[in-house]
Amino acid sequence: MGRQLLLDNLDKPGINTLSGYQQTGGYESLKKALQMKPEDIVTEVQKSGLRGRGGAGFPTGMKWSFLAKPPGEPRYLICNADESEPGTFKDRYLMQHKPHILVEGMIISSFALGANTSYIYIRGEMMYVYHILQKAIDEAYAAGYLGKNILGSGFDLDLHVHCGAGAYICGEETALIESLEGKRGNPRIKPPFPAVKGLWGCPTVVNNVETIAAVVPIIRITGEEYAKIGVGKSTGTKLISASGHINKPGVYEIELGVPVEEFIYSEQYCGGIRNGKKLKAVVAGGSSVPVLPAELILKTANGEARLMTYESLADGGFATGTMLGSGGFIVMDEDTSIVKNVWNFSRFYHHESCGQCSPCREGTGWMYKILSRLLDGKGETKDIDLLWDIQRKIEGKTICPFGDAAAWPVAASIRHFRNEFEQYISKGKSDVKHYYRINNLQES
Amino acid sequence: MARVTIDGHTIDVPEGTTIVEAARKIGGDIVPPTMCYYSTLKTSGGYCRTCLVKVTKGSDKDPRPMPKLVVGCRQTVMDGMEVQNITSPEVLEAREGVVEFLLLNHPLDCPVCDQAGECDLQDLSYAHGDEGTRTEFRRRTFPMKSIGDKIKLHMNRCIMCYRCVKVAEQLCPERVHGVLNRGWDAEISTYIEKAIDSEWSGNMIDVCPVGALTDKTFRFKSRVWFTKPLDAHRNCDVCCGKVAIWVSGDAVLRVTGRKGVYHEIENTEDGKPGWICNTCRFEKKNLSDWVIEGPRHIDRHSVISQNHYEQLKQLKQDLSRQKQIGEKAHNN
Repeated sequence: MGRQLLLDNLDKPGINTLSGYQQTGGYESLKKALQMKPEDIVTEVQKSGLRGRGGAGFPTGMKWSFLAKPPGEPRYLICNADESEPGTFKDRYLMQHKPHILVEGMIISSFALGANTSYIYIRGEMMYVYHILQKAIDEAYAAGYLGKNILGSGFDLDLHVHCGAGAYICGEETALIESLEGKRGNPRIKPPFPAVKGLWGCPTVVNNVETIAAVVPIIRITGEEYAKIGVGKSTGTKLISASGHINKPGVYEIELGVPVEEFIYSEQYCGGIRNGKKLKAVVAGGSSVPVLPAELILKTANGEARLMTYESLADGGFATGTMLGSGGFIVMDEDTSIVKNVWNFSRFYHHESCGQCSPCREGTGWMYKILSRLLDGKGETKDIDLLWDIQRKIEGKTICPFGDAAAWPVAASIRHFRNEFEQYISKGKSDVKHYYRINNLQES
Repeated sequence: MARVTIDGHTIDVPEGTTIVEAARKIGGDIVPPTMCYYSTLKTSGGYCRTCLVKVTKGSDKDPRPMPKLVVGCRQTVMDGMEVQNITSPEVLEAREGVVEFLLLNHPLDCPVCDQAGECDLQDLSYAHGDEGTRTEFRRRTFPMKSIGDKIKLHMNRCIMCYRCVKVAEQLCPERVHGVLNRGWDAEISTYIEKAIDSEWSGNMIDVCPVGALTDKTFRFKSRVWFTKPLDAHRNCDVCCGKVAIWVSGDAVLRVTGRKGVYHEIENTEDGKPGWICNTCRFEKKNLSDWVIEGPRHIDRHSVISQNHYEQLKQLKQDLSRQKQIGEKAHNN
């Protein structure tokens, strides 16, 4: 097991309370950070090479340095805790067990960015986590870590937790901002970017839970030290939510650079495939990233071992690669039908499309209907080309990345598993034995 | 000023102009079609994706091309920007895709639709759509609704351009109308069927690019191409009173705002958009109510335009030319 920077001390009793967290060195980073200049914290994060953990992998320090600083205008920091990507549950786990690391990270980040009001936008379904966070914030207020003049530094911060109403699209940063403002959660058209005009028209930074939590160890061990962990531009540790047909599903903190093969098969991580089956495919970073067959996820097209890094997983582009994404690592064994899997994903995207722009609103539903018909045994060979054409006309044509997210799983499934689609169509059913049944298979 | 080149035509426009506005200053075929953008409604545009264009050169300072197609109605021009619209096969293909998506659940009930003949979606699909359809599923349907006693909402035909929502937001003092539900099931509605009784609500009929919002006083009275458009005005306390009346014989069948070449309400002399009030629109249906100024010329290549057929021929030629470009690129 590599270094644990976020999930350390989880076995200590009372780690979810302020006193328990403080006993393990909690809020020491905050005290250190408040002695520093805000610019220095940003530099420290830049040095650490920390990249956005929400999916896009954009360097956090660079994002922070883009924040416009017009005089006399407030700035906001928003933590995106609207974790809704199928296969991803790392943020929930972190917030549930160590809420104070997020609170501490929010205070340090707000101080670095000069934000005096910050928000944690949490997904509505995670109501119990909302209560945990609210309790942690109340404790932090009582201890003087939040409110006016934090620890005598002269820095004021109000931290609010806001509950969303359970829309996947509100995890997109501009839709999140709209929702936080009390409007319909529709993504905004960019530019302007939130760094210039975000919440209430003011400069805003939106970061993932894990990104903000990672600021705490960065301050503790310094950016240089953090950058030593990992491979190349993928520095630090990453939470991976491993699920699917593996022996030990759960949330693992890995040092970036662990080989994928080791992650799947070693006892300290996933522990191999359940029931001694063979690996068939992996969705490496949450439902929206392309699915890869076993031979391509373990080795790149050049024959090198694939590592759990942003670069290595993306090696070969979408033709033979995928993305690290949000770290939702879904493993499928040989008994999984890719057609059913992609049907399930497309059902999700059809349901969650906000309906603002036409390719996504109509295209996701169309793909879902075609896949439903195919699953009903009424598919035709031309449907495969039709699906391919539809996904191509959605990808990159929409307001927000949702369209891409809806198109990629379909594209990758057809690209790598076309024969399985053809076989399903010719027989009207799958050759693969299923473990699960699908209900509600009707044309809606 | 910013110098922008669109399909080889260069023009100087003020900073902050959008690509579509710059293209409209040049005019002609190179203007990207717009379904949701409406120049006089703030924050409109960006939804329908028909105005997607390719930016091959970002600006003089940063000549990199933009990685994705951008929406011309929202993207502002930079000095030295080079844009491809109908000269880019990629754009034409994307647009064909968007038309297909827009028509996927559109009922295509043009023979009984009041908008037929002056419908932006008809024009768009003739100009940029494919001939056949690949739709094989039952189309999405909604119950018909009334928005107030004068406006009929035919949600099946709606393409979710949000223009009427912007009218409700920006013209009507109390906003009681917007979008309900999400995604595939999203619909325009007045909450709990509450009637809109704003004096300006009728303008949402004028901005609707399709036949989703129609005038109940005109519904099924006549096809638009059988009526004669005349410019007329009256002294109105509420609005500018400058309208287009559509007459058949002595009967004024309907009253609309004066729509210009891009099917948008024209500005009056004072430079403000010539929105009209509901009294002028729905209640003044006698010729004696109006001072006739003269016949109104319809520029748009719609069915009601007199020289429509010639233009359509031209359009077909353009289309086959565009197809050839597309096929050539595809074969390469």
